[in-house]
Amino acid sequence: MIKHESIETNAGLLIILTMIVISIGGLVEIVPLFYINTTVEKVEGVRPYSPLELRGRDIYQREGCYLCHSQMIRPFRDEWLRYGHYSLAAESKYDHPFQWGSKRTGPDLARVGGKYSNEWHVAHLLNPRSVVPQSIMPNYPWLLETDLDYSDIAERMRALKKTGVPYSETQEEYDRNVAEFGAEVADKLDILNAEENLMKQALDNDYDGQRSRVTEMDALVAYLQVLGTMVDFSKYNEGYFTEFR
Amino acid sequence: MAHAATGSSEQYNYDIIRKFTLMALVWGLLGMSVGVYIASELAWPFLNLDIPQITFGRLRPVHTTLVIFGFGGSALFATSYYVVQRTCQTRLYSDMLATFTFWGWQLAVGLGALSYMLGHTQSREYAEFEWPIDLLIAVVWVAYFWVYVQTLKRRSQPHIYVANWFYMAFILATAILHIFNNLAVPVDLFSMKSYSLFSGVQDAMTQWWYGHNAVGFFLTAAFLGMMYYFVPKQAGRPVYSYRLSIVHFWALSFLYMWVGAHHLHWTALPDWTSTLAATFSIMLLLPSWGGMINGIMTLSGAWEKLRTDPIMLFLITALSFYGMSTFEGPMMSLKSVNALSHYTDWTIGHVHSGALGWVAMVSFGSFYHLIPRLYDTRLYSTRLVYVHFWLATIGILLYITSMWVAGIFQGLMLRSFDEFGSLAYTFVETVAFLHKPYVVRALGGAFFVSGVVVMAYNALMTLRKARVEAAELEAKLAAKMARA
Repeated sequence: MIKHESIETNAGLLIILTMIVISIGGLVEIVPLFYINTTVEKVEGVRPYSPLELRGRDIYQREGCYLCHSQMIRPFRDEWLRYGHYSLAAESKYDHPFQWGSKRTGPDLARVGGKYSNEWHVAHLLNPRSVVPQSIMPNYPWLLETDLDYSDIAERMRALKKTGVPYSETQEEYDRNVAEFGAEVADKLDILNAEENLMKQALDNDYDGQRSRVTEMDALVAYLQVLGTMVDFSKYNEGYFTEFR
Repeated sequence: MAHAATGSSEQYNYDIIRKFTLMALVWGLLGMSVGVYIASELAWPFLNLDIPQITFGRLRPVHTTLVIFGFGGSALFATSYYVVQRTCQTRLYSDMLATFTFWGWQLAVGLGALSYMLGHTQSREYAEFEWPIDLLIAVVWVAYFWVYVQTLKRRSQPHIYVANWFYMAFILATAILHIFNNLAVPVDLFSMKSYSLFSGVQDAMTQWWYGHNAVGFFLTAAFLGMMYYFVPKQAGRPVYSYRLSIVHFWALSFLYMWVGAHHLHWTALPDWTSTLAATFSIMLLLPSWGGMINGIMTLSGAWEKLRTDPIMLFLITALSFYGMSTFEGPMMSLKSVNALSHYTDWTIGHVHSGALGWVAMVSFGSFYHLIPRLYDTRLYSTRLVYVHFWLATIGILLYITSMWVAGIFQGLMLRSFDEFGSLAYTFVETVAFLHKPYVVRALGGAFFVSGVVVMAYNALMTLRKARVEAAELEAKLAAKMARA
């Protein structure tokens, strides 16, 4: 029988044993998530963000939106009525990092896409109290004043590609994306045309109501409008998703 | 000449401890003031002033970083360097490396806060530092580990005292957590921006494994190390039960690492993971209370000290809050309770009962014990310690109770239905309800900060007193020498 005294008198032993003891929990709970197949649901429609949406997401992070808005709807009746179908793991599988959040000082945004018009979002971001009088959200006037910096958009997509997001650089990768997402989406995921695609999406949709410029507002609204819209839930019955929980 | 005596010829390296203690007070004052400001922004949103750098979203990580890593981190560096020297009866290893940990750590905290205000963040709670600062922290941490181990190795006692086990576990766990939660791919060598290596569910699990163990090891195990030295010292009695300290050390170290997923109940994380985390959270109550009992019972037979010694009052109140929040935590990790409490201010209240009640109070108590010894004098004013104690206690009570009201009522409002089965309240109606609790919370925070101001004043006056005494002593000596 080993006496505790032998640990108390040996710094090396104390360190090794502590390392073992503190490593087990993380190993058991985290590692399997990468290997168990049912961790992420198999659903159609979830795709990586387009260049403009990606820049919008960067701005969402920069402003710390995740500190007051979750993007994770739980399977409760009130959340169903308020926000819609509960969030799937698949819906954030291209989110580096995840934006599930931990606090709702404002409402959940996992399915805010398409709920409000672009004009509403612009008005709300400029001055939330102009559309929601009791809101306590800060104003974000600089989003509309600041031109979007997209000079390093290709580098950003390349960094994400290294983490496993299927943006394409070669013909082979492009063809693989066409097979998986269809030609229209595959075009958006092409790093070589990133700047062009970003400009095109901003000008086609004119999210910020200023056709002459591409602002940070364009990017952020583009991101908000795509949240939660990728999966068509009418294609699946509820029993299918519960297999994965 | 006399000043040279404070250099490397001393038995212990106190200079590094003085530096860290001072910075703990500076960051504490700054970080808590930012806390009061962002609390006020939630109560009165005009305070965001349309200035990007001071909006709630950018200042919140400034607050958490300054209080956890600036105040808490510096307090831990200071006390761990003090405790390891005193309990090993040896001088701290390498003045140079120790000084490097000081400047490296202060730089990381300062740069971190500035970078969030400028919009550079990994958006991982309590790990918002972007990759260059993460690298700096990693280097500092390796140096810290090395200084600590080498000092332990040079001990003149066969036994490693229990406080050092906790500090050691904290250093090791923080290293593991920091490395694995910050795996990211930078956009460019000259870009602050990076994207985390993991995504979605795996990323969420890694982050909350980190997030909860930042609480478990940074804010709990390490401060238990602090408790295991300063409570027995201040009480003038040995630790209540050595056996209990062994059992609860190993149990705490093992169990804490399992519980992070209770932050992800009812999410897209698989049920098996969060159920496992909830189970371990309940078990964690035992070692947590083991530590609390061991600390409080150390005072058994000397209870009258609570009436005469305000420093003891700080330490024992800290342990009481520790006991309370380690009961509240497991309760909130039950899935049914969590369904209501998660996403609400109840969580914020819970964190602060731990952070203000336990972490800050035990640090204040330890500092009041430490500061006079660092400067070889007595505390300037014991009365002001009482004033600080009551300001802090009133502040905490206002904070926690207002957040209980805010969290529980918002949770109930969000899940109530009218007679037709529709939602009874819109989201923004619950936000309107939160205004009053938010005002009370900001007030509680202001009480707490004013207590720290009192402490800073007391510390400064103690320092001044020490200087005067030293000068007087020197003059006396000089006079004697002259006469001789």
